[in-house]
Amino acid sequence: MTASSRRAGPAAVGDASAPRGRDAAPGAGAEGGVREAAGAPASLDRSGLLDLYYFMRLTRSLEERLTNLYRQGKVIGGLFRSLGQEADSVGSAYALDRRAGDVLSPLIRNLGSLLVMGARPVDVLRQYMARAGSPTRGRELNVHFGDLERGFIGQISHLGDMVPVMAGVTLAFRMRGQPRVGLVYVGDGAMSTGAFHEGMNLAAVRRLPLVVVAENNGYAYSTTLERQTAVPELVRKAGAYGVRGERADGNDVVAVYEVTRRAVDRARAGGGVTLIELVTYRRKGHAEHDDQHYVPREELARWERLDPLDRYAARAVAAGWLSAADLADADGRVARELDAAVAEAEAEPLPEPAGALAGVYASPARQPAPWYREAAGA
Amino acid sequence: MHEVTYLEALRQGLREEMRRDPGVFILGEDVGRYGGAFKVTEGFVAEFGEQRVIDTPISEAAIVGAAAGAAHLGLRPVAEMQFIDFISCAYDMLTNYVATARYRAGLACPIVVRGPCGGYVRGGPFHSQNPEAAFLHTPGLKIVCPATARDAKGLIKAAIRDDDPVLYFEHKYLYRRIKEPLGEDEDVLTPIGEARIAREGADLSIITYSAMVWKALEAAAVLEREDGLDVEILDLRTLLPMDDAAILATVRKTSRVMVVHEDTRTGGVAGEIAARINEGAFEWLDAPVLRVTAADTPLPYAPTLEDYVLPQTADIVTVARKLAAY
Repeated sequence: MTASSRRAGPAAVGDASAPRGRDAAPGAGAEGGVREAAGAPASLDRSGLLDLYYFMRLTRSLEERLTNLYRQGKVIGGLFRSLGQEADSVGSAYALDRRAGDVLSPLIRNLGSLLVMGARPVDVLRQYMARAGSPTRGRELNVHFGDLERGFIGQISHLGDMVPVMAGVTLAFRMRGQPRVGLVYVGDGAMSTGAFHEGMNLAAVRRLPLVVVAENNGYAYSTTLERQTAVPELVRKAGAYGVRGERADGNDVVAVYEVTRRAVDRARAGGGVTLIELVTYRRKGHAEHDDQHYVPREELARWERLDPLDRYAARAVAAGWLSAADLADADGRVARELDAAVAEAEAEPLPEPAGALAGVYASPARQPAPWYREAAGA
Repeated sequence: MHEVTYLEALRQGLREEMRRDPGVFILGEDVGRYGGAFKVTEGFVAEFGEQRVIDTPISEAAIVGAAAGAAHLGLRPVAEMQFIDFISCAYDMLTNYVATARYRAGLACPIVVRGPCGGYVRGGPFHSQNPEAAFLHTPGLKIVCPATARDAKGLIKAAIRDDDPVLYFEHKYLYRRIKEPLGEDEDVLTPIGEARIAREGADLSIITYSAMVWKALEAAAVLEREDGLDVEILDLRTLLPMDDAAILATVRKTSRVMVVHEDTRTGGVAGEIAARINEGAFEWLDAPVLRVTAADTPLPYAPTLEDYVLPQTADIVTVARKLAAY
């Protein structure tokens, strides 16, 4: 019995048609092929369908560029991949209304969400390479950065903490009478934290316009779902908070978009919190240093066949939503943009050392240096 | 102008700021309909509505986290910890999220987290704590500890208007025991980061804050009457950022310094103050910097035990005499 075959359980709360268990989720056929739902997505036009492809491709290619830079020693810290999870980030973020001022808070594997919200690849590269011109001026790593104007707030490493923070963000929307929605990502690991529980409960009690997206990717570092929680279908936890639960195939970008869009619309209309479980799979280790020796090879191979980008490309062309030329154009555009972004970021310097003392407070604006630093003229 | 208690002064400050700025709101446990465990926010729901005086679940991490999120969006939340002992439940949120927000992400986080601290009330280990040392070590936070009714009002108003996160530790022993004349609409603002000379003196200095200011004043009266000593008392008011200039000025004035705080001894604020004096005014000292603090124990319940552990006026007198004779 494989680890994941034990995960089947009762159906999702509030959605009788939700897939059962991890194995069934992506609609794998008997031969390991993929059986996709028929018909065009209701609320996406051609440009939306193209965007989904573009952002998934951009996410994957940017991470591939980062991997090269990591191997060259140009990424200062760790590198966190979302390979195989691009659909859950892109599809869910795309369901927000950026013009309405919706705000999300990502996790480490939500690069795609940031890109959808308007984060620039060059800024992601600057973050990983600790450049002076990075959004955090070299103070924070990787995708730990935010941009309220574009609608995202950076996470910290303490999982679950962003749930209370996003409860507060959506509380502010409510207090100001603004029809804005918040979205926060958690994972099978983050849902074990106290902060997650406290934030969920507060948001539920006050019926805040918050969508909580739980990415079930099977692993928290090396810890499998079975060792993380006795509730194998994370969506069932929705019932404990009195909120609506939905479950969808996280490797089907259209399904992710549609389930999130329903939750966003409901939140905007005053329907309160929805917990969405997206069933997906982490195809790389926790970070680049992690060789995943604890992962069964056949499990990896099975999920490689369910690659969200390949699936979407094949489906979009087969259904006539997009042409092969559309996809090739998007691939070319991504490659050109990333060539320019990598060149730009690589040419930039690291931050000036003494800049580290500024901006701890609004006032005083600068922290004192130890006297021996001043004496050294640093 | 009528006399108002420390608690009423705090309430005045909160009420005036809520009237002045519609972005100011309160959240915490039982702060709304009940008016707060100590009635600090009594009558606020009637005046400001439940939208601005929010009763929350028992979730200190969520209270502080939600305050931070609302502050990012431009509001000015005041989060109440029902007893400040429970702030430890929000330690992660305060030290990792709130304190770093501006530095790491350029995110404004102008929140106030306030609550009743302190002992001498037979509250036992979990309703008597003084948690300032746990947060003094966290760059990005500010910490204020008012000792007087005027500063209770002046510091809450300054804290709410401050663009940085401020921890406001109000001493529950002082709530209804001290009072002074304060006008309802007197816009008292105590600058954050500035200490106050609570008593002028020439022979030795007591550096202290919060309720210990009153014990120091009692001790100073005894020392003047019985020993002819002229004691200076510096009320720090703000612990973070610390008013180094005021500390060094009183050291240079009297050359004999003791630090008094109600919190436990090891790793306490007094150690930090002594280190700053050591580095900044060693050549001015005629004696070592001495400490009067609580003993290093959890705070016990029985009156005999609590009184033994906590600093008393007689302890301050004893140590001051040793200092004067050095």
